[in-house]
Amino acid sequence: MADVTFTVDGKKLTAPAGTLLIDACKAAGIEVPAFCYYPGLSLQAACRMCVVRLEKVPKLQTACTTTVAEGMVVYTETDEIKQARKATIELLLGNHPLDCPVCDAGGECELQDMTFKYGAGESKYVEIKQHREEQQWSPVVYFDRPRCILCYRCVRVCGEGMDVWALGVENRGVSSVIAPNGGDHLNCEECGMCIDICPVGALTSGTYRYKTRPWEMNHVGTVCTHCGDGCKTTLGVRAVNDGVEIIRGDNRDKSGINGDFLCIKGRYAFDFANNQERLTKPLVRQADGKLASVNWEHAIDFAAQRLKEVRGSRGGKAIGVIGSNRTTNEENYLLQKFARTVLGTNNIDHHRTADYAAFTAALQGRADREASLRDFASAPAILLLGNDPTEQHPALAWQIRTNVRLNRARLYVANHAEIKLRRQAKAAVTIPQIGYASFVEYLSGNDGVFAGNANTSAFRDSVRKEESLLIVFGSEFRGRDIASLVQFGLSLPNVKFACLGDYANSRGAADMGVLPDLLPGYVPVSAPAHFAEEYGSALPTEPGFDMVEMFDAATRGDLSALYVVGSNPVARYGMDASALKNTFLIVQDMFLTETAVLADVIFPSANLYEKAGTATNTYGDLQLVKKAADKAGVRTDFELIVRLAEKMGTHPKNLVPFGKGVRADFGQSRGVQSGEADRHAVWLAANDLEPKLSPFDPFAIFDEIQRLVPAYNVPRLNLLAGNDEHLKSELVQIDTNATRRDLVLPSQDGLYTSGTLGNYSAKLKEVVASHTTMNATETAAD
Amino acid sequence: MATEKTTIFSPELAARFDKLVTLYPVRRSALVPMLLYAQDEVGYISTAVIAEVAERIGIRENDVQSVLSYYSMLRTKPAGKYNVQVCTNISCMVCDGYKILEHCKKRLGIGHKEVTSDGLFSLEEVECIGACCWAPAIQINYDFYDELTPEKMDQILDDYKAGRGKETV
Amino acid sequence: MPRLVSHPDEVKIISRRFGLGATDIGKYIELDGYKAVQAAISKGPEWIISEMKASGLRGRGGAGFPTGMKWSFVPKQSEKAKYVLVNGDESEPGTCKDHLIFLYDPHAVIEGTMIAGIAIGAKMGFIYLRGEYRYLLKIMEKAVADAYAKGFLGKNIFGSGVDFDIVTQTGAGAYEVGEESALMESLEGKRGVPRIKPPFPAVVGLYGGPTVINNVETIASVPHILLMSGEAYAKVGSERNGGTRLFGISGHVERPGVYELPMGYNLKKAIYDVAGGVRGGKKLKAVVPGGSSTPVLTADEIDVGLDFDQMGKAGTMLGSGGIVVLDETVCMVEFALRTIKFYQHESCGWCIPCREGTDWLKKSITRLHEGGAVDKDIDNIRYLAENMLGRTFCPLGDAAAMPTIGFVQKFRKEFEDHLNGRGCPYKHSLEREEALV
Ligand SMILES: Cc1cc2nc3c(=O)[nH]c(=O)nc-3n(C[C@H](O)[C@H](O)[C@H](O)COP(=O)(O)O)c2cc1C
Ligand code: SF4
Ligand code: FES
Repeated sequence: MADVTFTVDGKKLTAPAGTLLIDACKAAGIEVPAFCYYPGLSLQAACRMCVVRLEKVPKLQTACTTTVAEGMVVYTETDEIKQARKATIELLLGNHPLDCPVCDAGGECELQDMTFKYGAGESKYVEIKQHREEQQWSPVVYFDRPRCILCYRCVRVCGEGMDVWALGVENRGVSSVIAPNGGDHLNCEECGMCIDICPVGALTSGTYRYKTRPWEMNHVGTVCTHCGDGCKTTLGVRAVNDGVEIIRGDNRDKSGINGDFLCIKGRYAFDFANNQERLTKPLVRQADGKLASVNWEHAIDFAAQRLKEVRGSRGGKAIGVIGSNRTTNEENYLLQKFARTVLGTNNIDHHRTADYAAFTAALQGRADREASLRDFASAPAILLLGNDPTEQHPALAWQIRTNVRLNRARLYVANHAEIKLRRQAKAAVTIPQIGYASFVEYLSGNDGVFAGNANTSAFRDSVRKEESLLIVFGSEFRGRDIASLVQFGLSLPNVKFACLGDYANSRGAADMGVLPDLLPGYVPVSAPAHFAEEYGSALPTEPGFDMVEMFDAATRGDLSALYVVGSNPVARYGMDASALKNTFLIVQDMFLTETAVLADVIFPSANLYEKAGTATNTYGDLQLVKKAADKAGVRTDFELIVRLAEKMGTHPKNLVPFGKGVRADFGQSRGVQSGEADRHAVWLAANDLEPKLSPFDPFAIFDEIQRLVPAYNVPRLNLLAGNDEHLKSELVQIDTNATRRDLVLPSQDGLYTSGTLGNYSAKLKEVVASHTTMNATETAAD
Repeated sequence: MATEKTTIFSPELAARFDKLVTLYPVRRSALVPMLLYAQDEVGYISTAVIAEVAERIGIRENDVQSVLSYYSMLRTKPAGKYNVQVCTNISCMVCDGYKILEHCKKRLGIGHKEVTSDGLFSLEEVECIGACCWAPAIQINYDFYDELTPEKMDQILDDYKAGRGKETV
Repeated sequence: MPRLVSHPDEVKIISRRFGLGATDIGKYIELDGYKAVQAAISKGPEWIISEMKASGLRGRGGAGFPTGMKWSFVPKQSEKAKYVLVNGDESEPGTCKDHLIFLYDPHAVIEGTMIAGIAIGAKMGFIYLRGEYRYLLKIMEKAVADAYAKGFLGKNIFGSGVDFDIVTQTGAGAYEVGEESALMESLEGKRGVPRIKPPFPAVVGLYGGPTVINNVETIASVPHILLMSGEAYAKVGSERNGGTRLFGISGHVERPGVYELPMGYNLKKAIYDVAGGVRGGKKLKAVVPGGSSTPVLTADEIDVGLDFDQMGKAGTMLGSGGIVVLDETVCMVEFALRTIKFYQHESCGWCIPCREGTDWLKKSITRLHEGGAVDKDIDNIRYLAENMLGRTFCPLGDAAAMPTIGFVQKFRKEFEDHLNGRGCPYKHSLEREEALV
């Protein structure tokens, strides 16, 4: 809309006509206070804090409902306005319990801040305050009624934002109360958005409440370790005896790709890191067949010697490596470099949950065709094929809902199931579970392969009329099906695509070449080009074994050693445990997983919250991973790979080009954690290496990635500032003709599960258990 | 699952609801009257009433709950067969409305929002019922009685007790 | 059954058919019924609106907005259907005039609704009665059914090619639902919480369509205006206040009742001549002139004309026409308490100043009345009320604040008499038990 010019407190401002005055003021640095106003949610004008004076208007007006107009003259801080706000605060505080010293929101409370600002310091209230007992509404949501100021933010974010509608208002007048849909409990997705959005301490979190004061935590912005959406999260951490523990996850800074949003996993399921079963000492299998803890030096040395032996006796071909969906890009990169240059093998793979290789091949050479997660919040039209984002990609579902709500985006859903996002869809069709490929043909105009009807044909017509469309698809599409989908998409104007994979860094694992036939950036091993120069002539050029072939080879006796990093193929990929009887198995993990129990050597490792680096979400958004927590006794996968290599006789500098240039890590990537810098210093000195510059510096590897994988050569400053950068996908080069085996196996995770990690989250288990008993009692009551 | 609709309401009321939802541009408009009619028949808004009304309109049960708790005539507990509602608002107040309320309390032996043990009467102090010029006024269920005196009040209660009361439904 | 009264000073326009059996459609037709709507159909919207403007009719719901002007704000073209909504939520304490219209002249409401519909191009009207008025709903339902049976409602009314439907319904006990946008919410099956304005109902109202909302009395006046001409109607009243109005005089008067008096009629005369003066020869203490939300007048302030402008000049409001007369025995603190209790009970709870303010006021005045007050209470009460005024989401907050300020201002002495643990000095007050819940 056209710009209008208006005056606020004597300042001339311009903003598009129709902008809300409160937003226009904020953009100009003029803070208008509000409790009920919340950007993106429906307007309430209920709290009356944002009152301002408009010239020629008799009463004070609410800035949250006034739209700017040409020539408007506004005052936001006159005595009259200050008095109005002060009185509103006084009225609110009348019956508000002043338990700030023990309230979770103390120090982060909007009511406190405004009381401070408007100086309602003395209480006129002499009536008896109404006390009510706090209520627990779910394992994660508690409600303290007297603290509630009835701003309705929670009701709106749950209904409008989440499309869950679990909160409502009951009664009227001063008896009005926020009420959960289950009478005395919530039936909901437990996302905790209501807690986050509450301006006071009325809604509190089952994981955080009464644990600490906000100013006693450090706050670290990093990336959620759960699903492929890669939400940015702010972790509240504090020092404990054995390191630094996470006590809160939220999205307070709202700067990330996920905006306001976090789902239950992002908000609460960091607790796996504190699980008692966590491994903190290396374990080595003894002659009696039992695992015993040993010191690090011994464990690493033992594993390295065995790997060296196998390499020496049977060559790299007899060694396999399985990488992780949840380690950093740098670690994945390093792992494949280690496999290829130190172990001398292309036998490397990971649990694939999406066919990124086929996707990249299909898009080859085309600029700017990949959609960022951000794009879903603004695209005029979206075609969703397969998947159930509400369950599997909660942030994507949030973006889509927001876009439909605020921008009236048109959503088209084709799915075999009754997924919830159909409620936002302009059009939806049900197709057979095996019918996705033929449906795409049908969309392309080929009527023969798919039995259409009036509904599908109207759907097709609408989709094909779109002038700018995002096509997002789930793991129902692989290989050639992706190619034909992309081909269909490219026949329409302005189409971007997104391929949905399941874990926090599945995309990174594929991009970083944790694949038997592809180097980082999807460069075929058979034509390694510049990698040959970088990695040296020893680089194997025959494709190696994939995951299945490795286990087959092990069964045959052709795989003498297997190095598994942050992966649980036995439980998650259904691999046969007995195949590894005669294989020397090294596992790096947090827990004694179904795979780890088989190992000869187990290295306790750090998780994504305990390290630094970068991660790539399934949409190709690259983000900085910052170290938030720390656990005594564990090491990062990065460090472990370097140490193994070093013990195998490779100079760390050959693996990690640290100390080059100016990008070296001076500790900033490690945060302020316990003793780690000292540990490094000792090790560096002992190995005659330059102090200060660490061979465990993820940025040294990131330098190399940026150099060798052009798509990752994004501006770094923005990344370091904690913002996401979208990959330059047009630069990825790949052989389009090769046929690959379909090894995609979706994780089958829903809102309350998260692969192996989820098994160790007490909160997730508690929520699942409470939903199960709730359902049981509710059915019984019928 | 049975395809036939089961209902907790009488066939007449069920038919009335079927008609009601068609009168308006949106089904939900029938909600408030429906709740009132259901209450007239069932005696109060039970959870079963909430469930069925929600289903008939096609909204969530907590939406029904949220709406019904807003309106003061809708109740979630049974009242007496005859709900005596005494206005004590300004016009009635100055014309001895409180005397009538006290009289009813004594006569029925119950207080505000209480029910007699035989379930016949309940008592409620209410806001202005729109009979100010004929104060003091009361309603028994939907029927108005005005220009009351304690004597007149006794007569009315006697009539109801004897089954001679008016019954607008 | 409400008693009808009469007085020679009355000018019976709206109440013309009261007591004449006009609930019967035949009788109504005999008494000139459904003539105005036929004239309206043949002469068209522009004529109707110009007659309405000429009549000087101002909304009888309380705010006194000129009706003809309100109708003219409705856009001629609209994608969404337009509606007429008749506000029969009558809940302002002291007000019982719409009660009589429903009871004695239901067809006038129907006819007025139809005319409003024709004027703005609506094909559907809703008549919303407060939930307590079930017996009046029955009367309205029958009247509507009779009108349908005669072909006056439904398809092709009076053979004009125009369709018009009317739906009647009741609320379920909520004063706030009388506020126009809260009424729309209620009619849409929601909580009676008002809407943000703008947009105003004339542009975006019921079901998102342009809507005219008027009080029952306003609507029932419409056929009469068209029959007698706007100009003639205007002449009956005072300057810028056309016609007559139903005034309900209640409280301590000899002949309480609803009287139809010309706009501008003197309040003192209304009390002393029309209603027979203060009951039992007692002294007049105060008058609440237009329903409980209007600021009180003392006995010395009642020589004033009953129209929107003169009452405004006198520092109060004409409001809903409910005049409550208080004699010397009334404790003004108790009266103020009963008033604020009502608003506390009826606040929808949406906005902070009204929700918290009414509750706080109720608690403070209760304490004051019971004798537990502290010195600063009286100033506090006034401070609270003044800080609610003009700051709430809808006018209910003002409706609670204005009379409270008036009571403290004009009867401060009585408030002071309650201070210092002395409690209520007016011994006639009965023991009151529970507060309204
Ligand atoms: C809290 C509140 C309650 C109201 N109650 C009523 C009412 O019961 N009846 C009524 O006609 N108008 C009531 N009004 C006024 C209406 O909002 C609206 O102004 C009126 O119906 C318009 O009709 P009119 O122009 O014919 O007066 C109320 C307003 C407020 C703010
Ligand atoms: S003033 Fe506020 S709380 Fe009061 S009735 Fe209006 S909107 Fe509701
Ligand atoms: S005050 Fe009692 S009916 Fe109005």
